[in-house]
Parts: sequence; C-alpha cells; structure tokens
Amino acid sequence: MKLPDAENLCQQLVAELRPRLGPKSAMIGLYTGGAWLAERLHGLLALPTPLGLMDIAFYRDDYHEQGLHHDPKRTKIPFDVNGRELLLVDDVLYTGRTVRAAMNELFDWGRPASITLVVLADRGGRQLPICAQYCGAKVDVPEGMRLRLKRAADGKLALALEPKSAA
Amino acid sequence: MQRNPQLNAAGELQHLLSIEGLPPAILTQILDTAESFVGVTEREVKKVPLLRGKSVFNLFFEPSTRTRTTFEIAAKRLSADVINLNIAVSSQTKGESLLDTVANLSAMQADIFVVRHNSSGAPFLIARHVKPHEHVVNAGDGRHAHPTQGLLDLYTIRHYKKDFSRLTVAIVGDVLHSRVARSLIHGLTTLGAPEVRVIGPQTLLPIGVEALGVKVFHDMREGLRDCDVVVMLRLQSERMKGALLPSAQEYFKHYGLTLDKLSLARPDAIVMHPGPMNRGVEIDSSVADGPHSVILPQVTFGIAVRMAVMSIVAGN
Repeated sequence: MKLPDAENLCQQLVAELRPRLGPKSAMIGLYTGGAWLAERLHGLLALPTPLGLMDIAFYRDDYHEQGLHHDPKRTKIPFDVNGRELLLVDDVLYTGRTVRAAMNELFDWGRPASITLVVLADRGGRQLPICAQYCGAKVDVPEGMRLRLKRAADGKLALALEPKSAA
Repeated sequence: MQRNPQLNAAGELQHLLSIEGLPPAILTQILDTAESFVGVTEREVKKVPLLRGKSVFNLFFEPSTRTRTTFEIAAKRLSADVINLNIAVSSQTKGESLLDTVANLSAMQADIFVVRHNSSGAPFLIARHVKPHEHVVNAGDGRHAHPTQGLLDLYTIRHYKKDFSRLTVAIVGDVLHSRVARSLIHGLTTLGAPEVRVIGPQTLLPIGVEALGVKVFHDMREGLRDCDVVVMLRLQSERMKGALLPSAQEYFKHYGLTLDKLSLARPDAIVMHPGPMNRGVEIDSSVADGPHSVILPQVTFGIAVRMAVMSIVAGN
C-alpha cells in the first residue's frame, strides 16, 4: 500500500496555513510525531512566537486501564496561552481522544481565543466529535495496523504502517 | 523465588515501600515522571486530573509536618480527595490494631494509603493486607526507610549534577537513626553513583554500614574532600540524652558543616538537608543560606516526586 509522502504533505499544509496566520497565532505540537511535524511547520512558517510542545500523558482518558505512560515528556509552552489563536498540531488523527486530552490540558494553561487542529493524516475511526480544519491527507489503514510518523536521522519525515502491538 | 512485595505480577510498581530492591528502571521512571510534574507545578492551574475520584488517606502514626503536607499537596494536585488522619490521637489510643484501622478505612473506599509509622515494616504489613486496587506508599517507617525522601534527594542530585556515574556523595551525621540515609544510599548505589561516603562519629554509624557499599569516615574534613554532593542529616536532640554524644557544641565543632569545611568539597558542590534543620548543630547558617545550598528546591521537588509516585502506583 502506497502512503502519501510526508514531506509533500508538509509543504501543502504550509501553503494552506500561511495566509491564515495573524499576530496572535502560535503553534503547539503533540509528542512525539506531532512535535516533529510542528517543529517543521513552525520553521517553514517562520512563526515569531516560540513553539510549544505538549505531552498529554497526565490527561489521557485510559489512565485507569493503562496506567501512567512511561517516560512522559515535560509540556513546555513558552508563551501566554490567553487570547492566542492556537494551531494544535498532531501527526495522525484517529479516535480524537488525544486531541480531547490536549484541549483539556490547554485550558489549564489559559483561555486561548481559538484552537485550530492541524494533522498530517486522518485515518478515520473517530470516537469523539472532533475534526481537523487542516489535514494533509486521508489514509485508509488496514485492520490491526497503526499509522505513525517517523523521523530519519537527517530529519526527513515519513509515514509508516506497523502492526498495532508494536510500541 | 518470592516476589518483591512492591511490584505486581507484571513487574510494575504497586506499592512504594522501600528503594531497596527496586530495579534502576523503576527509579528512573519515577524521576523522569517527576520532571514532567515539575512543569505542572509551574503553571497557572497546578492540577492534573489523573486521580480524580480517588481517595488518598494520609495515615500518620508519628508526627510530621513537612512530609504530610507535601503528600497532601501532591495528592490534591493530582485531583484526589485527601483525608488526613492523625492516628496518634485517634482509635489506636483506644486500642484498635493497625490492620483493623486499615480495614475500616478500606471500607470507606480508600485508593492510596500514605503511611508513616514508628515501627519499621508497618507499611509492608499493611501492603500485604490491602485489596488489589489499593496502594501503599511508605512515608517513613521507624529507622528503616523513607523512600520518597530518598527519591527527592536523587531527583535533586540529578537536577543539579545531570547523572550519577561520576559523583562522589557524602552523607554526614546521624546515619544510625536515619531512614533518609538508608533510602538514599540504596538509591545512589542502584543508579550507579561510584562513591558514597558516610561521615560521622562511630556512635552514630550503624555497625557494618560498609556492607551497603559505602566508605566510612570519622574525620569530616577527610570525608568531604572533593565531594560533589554533601547531604547533612538532622541530629535528633533526643540522641543527646542517650550518651551517644557529649554536647551539641561539641558535635558542631566536629561534624557541623561550615563554609570552612565545605571549601574542601568541589567548588560546585551542592548541600542538601532533609529538614527540619538544626542551625548551629549540624549546619551553619552561612552554609544553609549560602549559594551551595539546595535545601529549599528539595522541598519543591518533593511535591513533584510524590505526585509521580502516587500516579504511577495508582495506575498499575
């Protein structure tokens, strides 16, 4: 199965986002894949506000079944969230639970003016009423597989399919 | 082989009873998680929803202000409901047994018991009798262990010194009566600190302490030489009466940390103390309030470390 080229999708997202940026725009990427994508988009768009990075481990709704994720990263939002037009960036949109958790965490940082969801790929399978305003591509993922973003040593981004059991 | 009573069948942390016997990976997991919680404590809303709907019972059979308060703050920042029980003035004085007390609290839907007890091993006894979804965190048992203090000491050392592999750490004072010292020694050796020293008069060092993997010094100046980390222990005034020491003044002269003695350690050495401090007994004010002191950051890190421990055990 042929997956779309992640680098091309980045360029496409940059072209779509650029005309929509304003003085209050700021970007936050979700660990791990979303953070890579956000680093790339943030650089290409030359946003003046520093990039925020978020780990939603403390807000996951499966904590009581799965326990706390090992090695959570520290959420770092180096700007005041209040009144910002936020671009929330993740690599793959699936059930929508990660985005819900991220929004819950964001509101503990302040009250943004708006949140816009930007994803590289949408694989369907939503369990919550969440959709991305900016989406690189829709991708069909076979049963039992997961779609992930990978980053090579040279920083090149690529989408990959792998069995669900793999961490 | 008997399973470690702190770990579940999958090898995950079920209770935190002692640092001794925990694999390095679990200690590192706790320290890494605590680092993320330090970020939470710097935000506008210093709370996360992990333990929403859970009840944390602080069972303090022995007085404590700092440890009980920091456990309470940690549990509240995890959104748990916190119930403080000062057992010294409750049912135990009416003759109720420890396990009966715990069984009654369990019937009130407890999820985590934070236990401080003057008998070594009391939290282990409780952990053996709680239900599978209940978790026990040792907040200090007798002379045995004080694992969250040990972990916050480890966190503080890692925060300032980055890694353990080249460190010389000196623990100074009343090691004999110190559960803090024991927990820290186990943590440091587990995480690979190459040289841990204990410094104190013979009467305040446990017999055979070398077996824990430490070097023993009775001369403080000799022991402090080239140390990266100096951990001062509280001299418990009640020990004076037991003829273990001549006087506080005499103790300060030999084992009190002054700027002069500290100058023998490395120039970038940090000074720690688990509190409460006796100024002029084990530590001089010029050191306690000086640039090497990280005593107050220890308290702040302690909250994040306790958040990490409670959220890890409650999720397993």
